Amino acid sequence: MTAFGTAVADGLTITRRNLIKIKRVPDLIVFATLSPIMFVLLFRYVFGGAIGGLPPGISYAEFLLPGIFAQTVVFGSTTTGASIAEDLQKGLIDRFRSLPMARSAVLVGRTIADLGLNAISIAVMALTGLVVGWRINSSLGEAVGGFLVLLLFAYAISWLMAVVGLLVRTPEVVNNASFIVIFPLTFVASTFVPLETFPSVLRTFAEWNPMSAVTQAARELFGNIPAGAPVPDAWSLQNPVLYTVIWTALILAVFVPLSVRLYQRTSTR
Amino acid sequence: MVVEGLVKRFGATTALDGVDLTVAEGSVLGLLGPNGAGKTTVVRILTTLLRADAGRVRVAGLDVVDDADAVRASIGLTGQYAAVDEYLTGLENLEMVGRLYRLSRREARVRAGELLERFDLTGAADRPAKTYSGGMRRRLDIAASLIARPRILFLDEPTTGLDPRSRLGMWEFIADLADGGTTILLTTQYLEEADRLADRMVVIDRGRVIARGTADDLKDQVGGQRLELTVRDAVDLGEVARRLRPLGVDEPRLDASTRRLSLPVSGGTDALAEALRVLAGAGVEVLDVGLRRPDLDDVFLALTGHAAEDEDRTGAGDRTPVGAGEGAA
Ligand SMILES: Nc1ncnc2c1ncn2[C@@H]1O[C@H](COP(=O)(O)OP(=O)(O)OP(=O)(O)O)[C@@H](O)[C@H]1O
Ligand SMILES: [Mg+2]
Repeated sequence: MTAFGTAVADGLTITRRNLIKIKRVPDLIVFATLSPIMFVLLFRYVFGGAIGGLPPGISYAEFLLPGIFAQTVVFGSTTTGASIAEDLQKGLIDRFRSLPMARSAVLVGRTIADLGLNAISIAVMALTGLVVGWRINSSLGEAVGGFLVLLLFAYAISWLMAVVGLLVRTPEVVNNASFIVIFPLTFVASTFVPLETFPSVLRTFAEWNPMSAVTQAARELFGNIPAGAPVPDAWSLQNPVLYTVIWTALILAVFVPLSVRLYQRTSTR
Repeated sequence: MVVEGLVKRFGATTALDGVDLTVAEGSVLGLLGPNGAGKTTVVRILTTLLRADAGRVRVAGLDVVDDADAVRASIGLTGQYAAVDEYLTGLENLEMVGRLYRLSRREARVRAGELLERFDLTGAADRPAKTYSGGMRRRLDIAASLIARPRILFLDEPTTGLDPRSRLGMWEFIADLADGGTTILLTTQYLEEADRLADRMVVIDRGRVIARGTADDLKDQVGGQRLELTVRDAVDLGEVARRLRPLGVDEPRLDASTRRLSLPVSGGTDALAEALRVLAGAGVEVLDVGLRRPDLDDVFLALTGHAAEDEDRTGAGDRTPVGAGEGAA
């Protein structure tokens, strides 16, 4: 087998292992599905009436859902960091590192499994969204593109979180640390409220925040931006799909090699 | 396996300070030393998990840094702490490791079945390892390191946490592997274990080799026989020591908690007979008395100046075998 072939085979072996865990620990799947449902309902019905400044011709549900998709998948990706830290703590990484397997396999298997979990989350959210009034107003191809952009971006974040997990090494700390970083990132963005409502400094940040771009990209691809809506000022939001893809590529280019390097050096103690 | 001048520092701590050792193909080396001596560090460097700061290591004739992948393909490692995936069943754990060793799906399954059988885990094969007891996990962990029939096996305290029956079973198994030609490096806290399994031993302390040789070599280094006795009442120990002291070639060692006295003697059974005569006149109730050769506990004490468990309080306490001291009596 070629080096690439063995890397793929090993990656699949580890993916399978991680999927078995998802099957055996129902909490994971329950959490991955219930919390987004809760988020959808909470924002839709608690804040829905209070959030103003929406472009005319759009319901809050349609504005909101792409934002919730984006936030949820990015949070979903933090699982990668916590799981890697857990494997480290339990000595499994040592076991794997003593085997003649591909060095990328543990990370590939982890990120792929978490991608699967995210895909499930997004499917559940989309269904819930349809129930509360969200609609896809675009072609099938664009809609698929919307889901892909979200998942791809989240996949890149998974690699970033893998680095965090390898450095921090304690699942609880990974969770807390990522919460502190990701929570503001997802809120200082166009995820839940229109950018026009932000004070100017925050607004510039929010415009260039990739979270806004992913959200905007999803809105565009799902057709959740009404025809007459004003064109955003920032280039990042005029070309949200491209801007998101650039971010995704950059994150992957930096964090894939970095995490593989760290993995090779790391060990339980 | 050849190790030369191995040095490893962790910040200010020098874990290994120039360790040399060789393990001939097909032999078993026992690596002994008190807590914190550096045994695990040696194992981790030899198994490619850790890089040495200085020194050369060849395993299976290959350099552990330059040929790390080839080394990994020929070794099996059971680390000090069981590394099994709790969410997978025993069978799934073994199959996964087998696949990662590049066994075919079928080979991995067959081999997993054999090992589960061998380690008495067949009944638990389809249960997640989460539900296993500590000893079962340990056995599963060892099974995992054997799945690809490695030529060289590293066992870091393989029987710590096993009950006496499982330990005996494990010893038999390790002895079988050694007979089958597997080269084994074994670290242990159980001196009896090294005595039984290892062809040669290396004793390290504070990162340096302080003794090496066969069990007999080491025992000779410590010297002759000792008289050991246990009294019913610890308060009698002083009296007994006072009366027996003239028979010894060195000071008696007393242990109030086990109510035991140990005295280096020369003259073998004559010394024993004399001791019994003295004790009969002392009116002290003696539960147990005997003559024995030094065991590795004595070797440890003599070489390192402290017992194997001395540095327990520094952290690894929960892994300390219960009754390591008694095991040798
Ligand atoms: N990752 C690490 N960081 C800092 N110090 C370490 C690290 N690993 C080991 N040490 C130190 O190196 C020394 C040797 O440790 P090692 O684990 O090799 O001992 P050991 O002989 O296996 O002990 P034990 O019988 O308790 O398992 C100890 O002083 C330990 O504290
Ligand atoms: Mg150790």
